[in-house]
Amino acid sequence: MTDHAQHQTMGHPSPWPWIVILATLGLLYAIGLVRQPQSKHWNPWRTLRWYAGLLVAGAALIGPLPVAAQTSFVAHMTGHLLLGMLAPILLVLGAPITLGLRALPVARSRRCVRLLSQPAFALVAHPVTAAVLNMGGLAVLYTTDLYRIMHEHALVHVVVHAHVLLAGYLFTAAMIGLDPVIHRPSYLYRAVVLVLAMGVHSILAKSLYAYPPAGVPGDQAQAGSMLMYYGGDAVDLVLIVIFCAQWFRATRPPPRIVPAALPSG
Amino acid sequence: MDLRNHDRTTTAGARNTISGALLGIGAAAFVDEAVFHQILHWHHFYDKSTTEVGLVSDGLFHAVSWFATVAALFLFADIRRGNAFRRVRWWSGLLLGAGAFQLYDGLVQHKLMGLHQIRYGVELWPYDLVWNVIAALMIVAGIILYRRDASAPPSA
Repeated sequence: MTDHAQHQTMGHPSPWPWIVILATLGLLYAIGLVRQPQSKHWNPWRTLRWYAGLLVAGAALIGPLPVAAQTSFVAHMTGHLLLGMLAPILLVLGAPITLGLRALPVARSRRCVRLLSQPAFALVAHPVTAAVLNMGGLAVLYTTDLYRIMHEHALVHVVVHAHVLLAGYLFTAAMIGLDPVIHRPSYLYRAVVLVLAMGVHSILAKSLYAYPPAGVPGDQAQAGSMLMYYGGDAVDLVLIVIFCAQWFRATRPPPRIVPAALPSG
Repeated sequence: MDLRNHDRTTTAGARNTISGALLGIGAAAFVDEAVFHQILHWHHFYDKSTTEVGLVSDGLFHAVSWFATVAALFLFADIRRGNAFRRVRWWSGLLLGAGAFQLYDGLVQHKLMGLHQIRYGVELWPYDLVWNVIAALMIVAGIILYRRDASAPPSA
């Protein structure tokens, strides 16, 4: 078990930071739900998606999967697909910002909107920035020593996983977000960014087959590479369908005017 | 081009071609993946002769074809919604897209970039020949259908 020996320094990653973070996110959403104005209806599907997203993220961060991921690259990659791709789709479709803005008193809600309209937020939320943060993070993780270091230092482990979730959220929100943004680039623009990001994901996945990350045995790297390639496709399919469905709805032609309804003469 | 304004910026004919071509690219890539990688196991996920540029090309085309498949179907639904479907024009797009993708895969990715070969442990040239001739035939058929659509009187 040479592989195990390499990862001995840290032991199992502690679940506690994540239990606290995910529970807080769940609690905040619940407070938002309770504080909704009586007059407004909140779509229960959004609530369901938000909590499903927290569960999926939890599965990647708490329990048997992160423990197995200490020694198994395939388990690590399963966690990556759940935390960086599937959980963000569910969380984004929970529309947490919209919920929060509605729950706050009007004055504070306006102040939050002003804060969110700052150029810094617009820059980070831009599709290109979000894609670079997302794919760049993965490239750094798998092509430098970071993957090995992550398994030796608890703090690095938390930071890397937080980055995967946050960057995944930003990217997904830039593509299919329901929450209001200052400026959303056109569908074609976003489609190009989406395809390029998916392309980089496929390139990274397949290159892991040939060039395993530091400390990962060849056979594990190959299995993990194929899981990233095809598993990524599966989650991307969900993202693409939602993206195209939003386009289809947004481009719905205006209802035909029945000639009889027109004023005569 | 903003897809939201496609009604104004592109004609119905072009939209039929785009939808067909995207589905053609997606279908060719799907057959490649499902039949040759997964069922026959002729193609290999990675080949020791795969070049760096081959990896990049593979990843990008993989992403393009995956997105194209879904986008093509939504575009198709959009065309039908606007009563703008032109069967011959759409099929010409599909054949052009599928043929172009297969020719690129067969000539550039398999041969120039050495991504992987069609099959291993066999005399390769008949496979390459059949692969690329089929691709060329699809492109020719696509051009013929395109011309037939262009010469047909516009149906009301």
